[in-house]
Order: sequence, then C-alpha cells, then structure tokens
Amino acid sequence: MFSGDQIASLLSEVGVTHVITVPDSTIGRWEPAIERSDRIRLVRVCREGEAWQVAAGLYLGGATPLVMIQCTGLFESGDAIRNALHDWKVPVFSIVGYRSYLDQAKLPGDTCLIFTEPILDAWKIDYRLITSPSELHVIRDHFLSSRAAGKAGAVLIAE
Amino acid sequence: MPAASRIQLVSALETLWRIRRDDEVVITTMGSAREWMTLGEPHALDLILVPSAMGHGTSIGLGLALAQPGKRVIVCSGDGSLLMNLGSLASIVAANVPNLVVIVFDNGVYEVTGQQPTAGAGVGRPDGRGADFCGIARACGFESVHDFSDATSWANSARAALDAKGPTFVALNVEPVVGGTAPHSPGPTAARAERFMAALRR
Repeated sequence: MFSGDQIASLLSEVGVTHVITVPDSTIGRWEPAIERSDRIRLVRVCREGEAWQVAAGLYLGGATPLVMIQCTGLFESGDAIRNALHDWKVPVFSIVGYRSYLDQAKLPGDTCLIFTEPILDAWKIDYRLITSPSELHVIRDHFLSSRAAGKAGAVLIAE
Repeated sequence: MPAASRIQLVSALETLWRIRRDDEVVITTMGSAREWMTLGEPHALDLILVPSAMGHGTSIGLGLALAQPGKRVIVCSGDGSLLMNLGSLASIVAANVPNLVVIVFDNGVYEVTGQQPTAGAGVGRPDGRGADFCGIARACGFESVHDFSDATSWANSARAALDAKGPTFVALNVEPVVGGTAPHSPGPTAARAERFMAALRR
C-alpha cells in the first residue's frame, strides 16, 4: 500500500520521535526506512502490550511516540491500552495493520475481520480505515487532528 | 532463587529512599508503591504507578529512559509483575538505555491478592527452586546484574549498583508483607501525570 520511505517521511514531517513496533508482513517492511530517518528512533519490543506502555513513558518524558503493530497485537494489548489511554489519559497514536481486509484468500474466515473494528470501538479509539494508496494524507490529517485534540487515535491499514 | 535470608520490603525501600538523588526518577508499582508512599512526602520525580497495567512498570520505565537520557530512571517491580512482562527485559537491552535500573522485589507471591505463589516461586516446583531472575536478566543481555538477600549488603552496595553503567538489574529477595493489600491511588492520574511532566521539564 505505502512504501517505507513514504511512511518515514510523513512521520518525520508531523514530528514523531519514536516508533514502537512489533512487525507484520506489511508494516514490518517500513522498518528500514524508519531506521534511516535522522529524526525518528525505532524501538523494537517483544509483545504489543509493551508498545503502548513504552509509548506512555515516552510521552510522559516529553517525546512524541507512535505505536505500529498488527491488529492481532491490538487484541493482546487490552490492559496496556486501558491503563495508558484511559487511566493516565496519554494520547498515543497508532498505525495498525488490518489483516485479511484486502486479501481474504490467505486466511479464509480470518476472525480479524470480525473483531478489529469493534475492539477499537470498545477501547474508544477514534480510527480511520485506509484501503487505498491514495489515502496517505488520511494518516497525516488524523494524526494532526488527534494531537490537536489531545486524544488517542489510530489508522487501520488494510492488508 | 529462594533465599535463606530475606530483606523486609520497607527496609529495602528505605535504603532506596535515602540514597535516591534529586534528579532521579523512581517508578513504583503494587507493593512497592504502597510502602513507598508511607516513607514521607512524595518527590516530584516519583511516578506512583497506581493504577497500573499488569507488569508494565518496566515498559513505562523504558519509555521514560529513552525520552530522558540525562536522568536515571529506577523501576521498582514485583516478581509477579516482572513474570507478566519478561519480554520487556529483552526490549530494554535492545533499546540500549544506560540510564535505566530495574529493581525486582522478589517475594515469591502475588502479595496483594492474598499471597498466592507465583509460577516463578519455588513452592510446588519439582526441585523447589524458584525462577532465577538474575539469570534471566543476564541471558537477556544485562551486564550490570546484582542480587541482594540481606539489608546490610543492599544498604552498603545500593548506590554503587545504581551508578553502574546500565541498563542495570537488581534482584532483592524480600519478605512478603503479611496482610499487604493493593495500594490506594494517591490522586487523579491526569493531574499527577501533568505534575510529573512539569517536574521533568524543570
């Protein structure tokens, strides 16, 4: 959908300082470009729940973090999201790979399609769904509007 | 590892309270947060993680250490909490944060829920040996690793352990606190977060 250079350039432009990530086969390909960026540090964690809490620490410390994970990792992140976003009101923005949205042949009946959006709704995360390469600007627009509002936000990248 | 002698939790924390420098961040969770709040007036760079997410004190600490490389960040975790987020030790080493110290207060139980043994405790294991947290930390790549089972050794060596080039891992074998309950929140989280962020900017 997007190249790593497109994503790295966009994140740099909006002021992201750290990307905390566990990869999937789509967003993981962006890592080399993000690592080449002078302005962004890539932080690799072992499990997605960690990512939200590392991001919370970064935010409290004055940085501008972004979480980049797959929707399966979103499912395992529940308690970390609840605590960071709702207990501590830390406005973490995230990019979430939406497995099987475009390619339903690889994993027919993938339950990611059933649960991803309801889970984001349940955690009260305002998200935008991106399904085509023409929608790169949606990431920028939603990031900036979320930051201006001081709220968490997410974009779902259809995979 | 189960230890023949153990430190009283409050005694271990009193040592940290006494040697803590004014520009050091101290993060406490669960039992350590409960006892830390009894020791005196809170420091502006205390982050009392109440409420917390299960086992994520080390992760918050990693984020803070990355954002504030000029400040030492000391995370006080329980053994039950650390078991829930063991991967964070690998993440910490990968992030190469020399200013982060993880202290695990190992009492072998989930204290605040009624002292049930953790899966890492020796109780119920075939050989009676608990999880070796220092061994786990070393295997993840920590080079500065320290283990204390008596209050005097900890008091005498704590500052040197904290000052070592990190990331640093310290295991303190502590006695469970009989009747120890979950800590009460010291106030609204959003306001505490704002005060903490302001203190970091000063």
